[in-house]
Amino acid sequence: MSSIFTSSVGKKLMMSLAGLFLIVFLLVHLGINLLLILYNSPETYNRAAHFMQTNILIKIIEIVLFGGFFLHMIYGVIVQIENWLSRPKGYRVANYSQTSFFSRFMIHTAAIIFVFLVIHLLDFYFKAKFGEPKLVTYSDGKEMVDFGSMIIAKFHLPGFVIGYILAILFLGFHLLHGFQSAFQTLGLNHKTYTPVVKALGIIYTLVVVSGFTAIPLVIYFD
Amino acid sequence: MDFTLKIWRQKDAASRGRFVTYHLEGISPDCSFLEMLDILNDQLVQKGEDPVAFDHDCREGICGACSLYINGRPHGPDDAITTCQLHMRRFRDGDTIVVEPWRAKAFPVIKDLIVDRSAFDKIIQAGGYISVNTGGVPDANTIPIQKEHADIAMDAAACIGCGACVAACKNASAMLFVSAKVSHLSMLPQGKIEAARRVKAMLEEMDRLGFGNCSNTGACEAECPKQISLSHIARLNREYFKAILG
Repeated sequence: MSSIFTSSVGKKLMMSLAGLFLIVFLLVHLGINLLLILYNSPETYNRAAHFMQTNILIKIIEIVLFGGFFLHMIYGVIVQIENWLSRPKGYRVANYSQTSFFSRFMIHTAAIIFVFLVIHLLDFYFKAKFGEPKLVTYSDGKEMVDFGSMIIAKFHLPGFVIGYILAILFLGFHLLHGFQSAFQTLGLNHKTYTPVVKALGIIYTLVVVSGFTAIPLVIYFD
Repeated sequence: MDFTLKIWRQKDAASRGRFVTYHLEGISPDCSFLEMLDILNDQLVQKGEDPVAFDHDCREGICGACSLYINGRPHGPDDAITTCQLHMRRFRDGDTIVVEPWRAKAFPVIKDLIVDRSAFDKIIQAGGYISVNTGGVPDANTIPIQKEHADIAMDAAACIGCGACVAACKNASAMLFVSAKVSHLSMLPQGKIEAARRVKAMLEEMDRLGFGNCSNTGACEAECPKQISLSHIARLNREYFKAILG
């Protein structure tokens, strides 16, 4: 049983399960972020963010989420190092076998996403948790962190918008391979359904990338 | 046809290797790649030089002995063939052809283009068999097997253990090879009994030998001379999860 955490297939199982969890999380995150451009004022977004910050169930899931990030990253790094070590001397002529293109750059796209994630957490999550964030009080007397205004201010900085969109594009490249790869690792390969999973992966990636890039663009050009 | 060959030469496992350039003239387009190397070796022997060492045996695409990483692809530029089935007409006159050995920690170079592929034998020894005496050839259909299962087992059994999957994989992973063997046996009633023990033992041995982890790039499937499908890797994973959790 312990080999499920240490064997090559076991490690990939952990990565795929954590990856799929993060894939679901991204959709939830996108749904909440879209409130920023669907409504004229940041109030709805702030209320949603406040709910996510205070609801006990969400708080528990938040721990699972950080665990998921951690598992995915740790196993990803271990697997990558092992893979590099498994071919100490490379080829003179690079392999040009027909492969899933983005699968070759998973560790590179992952590194970019990691840097983005750290900046992202420092900018918003940790600022709200440990810093002195801007507060706002609404008509019902509830006081909450004014995330909406913080984000809107950030999305008026051209450098921030460009960096954000670039990071989302690399996230998209990561997802293009990651989505379908998770299913294959779980042993879910089927003549009829695998092409469907691959198509779903592309649709999912398009939704996530277009959604997350639309938000800063709409705010910047508003 | 004339060719410039850049071939990896390495005296033995302990020596440092290097690429040596050779020029060959007047090669027939109908010459196979291995015959072209035979001609080169003949010339080298006549000059008193050490011939290029390379693996080969049946020369008809079924033994899996010939290897060679040619211009960035295991078994050269064609799909679904072994190196012995590759012909010089596939190249252009005057081409430079770079020939390298399989590269993987688990496949150390023995000499020139020959690598030690006994790691595959060790994986088979760990569990790629059934532990009963099967006797002589049984009559057809004495054990009824579903047609679809027989087909999958037969497709997997086509693996010749050449190692192109490892050579092509950016992680030098042996998952396609192991999955073909696991699939082949687990689909048949004789192999089902030991399926759980087999998959665990073979994977453990694969990891111990220093092969990389599968990242589902599909390079192995693209380069397999017998077109073994990635679906076998998914089956291997399922068999493993069943063995661990069941």
